[in-house]
Amino acid sequence: MTTMTARERTIQEQFSLRMDEGELLNCMRCGFCLPSCPTYIETGFDESQSPRGRIALMKAVHDGLIAPDEEVERSLNLCLGCRACEPVCPAGVNYGHLLEEARDIFADHNEFKPATKAIRKTVFEGLFPHQNRMEHAVTLLGIYQRSGLQKTARKLGFMKLFPDSMQAMERALPAVPKRSDMKKRGRSFTALAEKKATVAFFSGCLMDTMFLGTNNATVKLLQKAGCDIVIPDGQNCCGALHGHSGEKDGAKELAKRNIDAFEQTNADYIITNAGGCGAFLIDYDHLLKDDPDYSERAKAFTAKIKDITQILFELNFHERVGLNVNPQVITYQDSCHLRNVMHTHIAPRVLMQSITGAEYREMDNADSCCGSAGIYNIVESDMSMQILDHKMDKAKATNAHTIVTANPGCLLQMKLGIEREGLSESVRAVHIVDLLLEACDEFPL
Amino acid sequence: MISTQTMNTFKTIVGEENVITSSAGRLVYSYDATPNFQSMPDAVIAPRNTEEVSQIVTVCREQKIPIVPRGSGTNLAAGTVPSEGGIVLLFKHMNHILEIDEENLTVTVQPGVVTLDMIKAVEQKGLFYPPDPSSMKISTIGGNINENSGGLRGLKYGVTRDYVMALQAVLPNGDIIRTGGKLAKDVAGYDLTRLLVGSEGTLAIITEATLKLIPMPETKQTMLALYNSMDAAAKSVSEIIAAKIIPATLEFLDRPTLIAVEDFAQIGLPTDVEAVLLIEQDGPPEIVARDMEKMAEICTREQAVSVQIAATEAEALALTTARRAALSALARLKPTTILEDATVPRSEIVNMVKAINEIAEKHNVRIATFGHAGDGNLHPTCPTDARDHDEMERVEAAFADIFSKAIELGGTITGEHGVGMMKAPYLEWKMGPEGIAIMKAIKHSFDPDNIMNPGKMFAKETRKRVVVTQ
Repeated sequence: MTTMTARERTIQEQFSLRMDEGELLNCMRCGFCLPSCPTYIETGFDESQSPRGRIALMKAVHDGLIAPDEEVERSLNLCLGCRACEPVCPAGVNYGHLLEEARDIFADHNEFKPATKAIRKTVFEGLFPHQNRMEHAVTLLGIYQRSGLQKTARKLGFMKLFPDSMQAMERALPAVPKRSDMKKRGRSFTALAEKKATVAFFSGCLMDTMFLGTNNATVKLLQKAGCDIVIPDGQNCCGALHGHSGEKDGAKELAKRNIDAFEQTNADYIITNAGGCGAFLIDYDHLLKDDPDYSERAKAFTAKIKDITQILFELNFHERVGLNVNPQVITYQDSCHLRNVMHTHIAPRVLMQSITGAEYREMDNADSCCGSAGIYNIVESDMSMQILDHKMDKAKATNAHTIVTANPGCLLQMKLGIEREGLSESVRAVHIVDLLLEACDEFPL
Repeated sequence: MISTQTMNTFKTIVGEENVITSSAGRLVYSYDATPNFQSMPDAVIAPRNTEEVSQIVTVCREQKIPIVPRGSGTNLAAGTVPSEGGIVLLFKHMNHILEIDEENLTVTVQPGVVTLDMIKAVEQKGLFYPPDPSSMKISTIGGNINENSGGLRGLKYGVTRDYVMALQAVLPNGDIIRTGGKLAKDVAGYDLTRLLVGSEGTLAIITEATLKLIPMPETKQTMLALYNSMDAAAKSVSEIIAAKIIPATLEFLDRPTLIAVEDFAQIGLPTDVEAVLLIEQDGPPEIVARDMEKMAEICTREQAVSVQIAATEAEALALTTARRAALSALARLKPTTILEDATVPRSEIVNMVKAINEIAEKHNVRIATFGHAGDGNLHPTCPTDARDHDEMERVEAAFADIFSKAIELGGTITGEHGVGMMKAPYLEWKMGPEGIAIMKAIKHSFDPDNIMNPGKMFAKETRKRVVVTQ
């Protein structure tokens, strides 16, 4: 045993109580995860920044071998949560579950600085759980962009007051839709081809505001693929942001509301177009495993989750609909959670390779995180930008005109990367759904 | 404990950022891949060059501080656990390929280079480095040399030892020596190169190595043969060798291993047969074709229920990659996975496999077996739970029996994982007291103060050997 402060002792007790010992023991320390871990590589092979090291730290705290001090917390915080270590783990350790539980314990006992506390409260309680407030917030951004305020702010050099990454981010944000457009969108749609399935669309919080265009494109593609679509009212943010930031209770509440909303639809599948959301939705059965009212319902819910690319692929969309774009080189950056948690990485590639005019070039390390990782690029800006710069080197090596992604966070990060590299004239980043709609617009059914 | 003054000396030598003393920073270097072994070092130090290694060793010698050199910590015999504290030496800065010499067919590397990275680099030049331990994606060359690692290609191509031509090493007194050279023939003095290979960090710190390369084989084919009995698979192995064919790889996996591996890899491995052989041959196309045909014939004759040649390179790679994951995949069965690597002359494979199954039954433990059938190197693996003390005792007893049986059959207690701490109590069974005495004398002449990876190789007490009667 080791000497601990009162706070450390409480956290240590919580680790003993709450961390899944069987799962911790499941890691046999073979190290097969090391080469897949972006932070292990970016820190110059620091074991404390590797999955094996982090699990060893969690276990040591659980066993009372070391104190849950700042350095342990730092190691957990610097993890991207990309979960690239999971598919390569022969022992099948659920690293993501361990990480979330450990972060939740730390968050429960954290004395955040007042400013951080205010931000967390606004984000986790005030904003994301309420779709109408999300609409308001994003609308404000739209007013900023459209009113000329953005231009003025840039002219005055106002953005120079912010760190480099924030400045580039401000430039990288997409032009957001008007609130009236957000309100106008319908709730049910019928198939435009021979009917193959009935699907419910998880429209997401950020996707349904800042990326409304992508959501609309998703609906159109599903229609063309032969789906009747319903967008159930009462759905809300998936809770991923909460879950990954140690706000598990908030995440559970959101999950329950979503299960309530989707249960009534009786759809064959629940479709998402954001890998980050999809991966969290598909984990609801774990999140709610101890909830007597919801554990079984969560299983039924998660069994239906599918990414848009997966269903298009399964419904043979790419062979039934002609896809064509202007000649260009395209490349793909995997969404970590889509790949590592939802195990969807073949479908998007097959779809892209079916587009006439597009020459698909696989990027080196496309399966490795871009550094976006939820709010990681804001809270761990330095590491995020280091990862992004290395990612952009790989992207540039493909000479692609178009970098395709499958998740809003990755999309923004790619846009940010393009801005940082000064490539915004020659390279674009798009969501795969937007590219596919662009490619099939030429061939109306 | 290391004094503040000494710690400051270390910081002066390697720079403050390369000396870790925090509890979290030390904890993550307190283990390797061996279950149930963990011990905190007093500090973790990452030198940047040989000169710094020499200075660190000199300080350690003066202060009697144990030194444990560590690559990526994939050791399976607790060889890199700092069991007596002291410092763990990392080679994360010394990880460069210094030269690929295409005239002499050698590669010169620093110890921290990852094995697979080096293999890929030389393959780009059409050259081949055969030793391929299952952990090669993670393991370092320094670790491979210290453990004399084997791998899947050992049968035809030998092990790490067969490819080390020259070494630079720091001795426990701080002296820097060079052994060997880019020489096919060299009989000048004792063969220190071979002595240091496999010495598990107990004699010196290896800081540079020159390795032998061979031309890349022209082609390679991979085949999977399925069996309804383990005996039939083992018999095929003996028959293949007896037919004077040396395949590049001749691996076998039993059913429990197959199930675990397929659960992870999901590549369509059969899980309804009792054993499979994974066979590879490389070389000129006509010879590969001829050997594959002959081996397929032998397997069919020896009751294989199916013999299939991989259609594509990707399919072949998926098979060998899945095999490399066997040990870790078995870890999904139970919380603790105890693995051994008892090795017998390959003619005794059938008897050894049979004995392992009988021993498992006798001690009421579950043992899955896979391994390098072609070279007699087996990996009986026991999925268990360290918290179940009663079962752990039975597991230990079962492995003691396995070691004993292996020796009885003319084999050894470890083929490629090393002695470390885990097998130290059994070393005398293999070496005899005279063998241990001369090894200890060698150790003492190198390292009189016993600072180099102490607690490894030599046990305080030898385990009592119970002769197994079958």
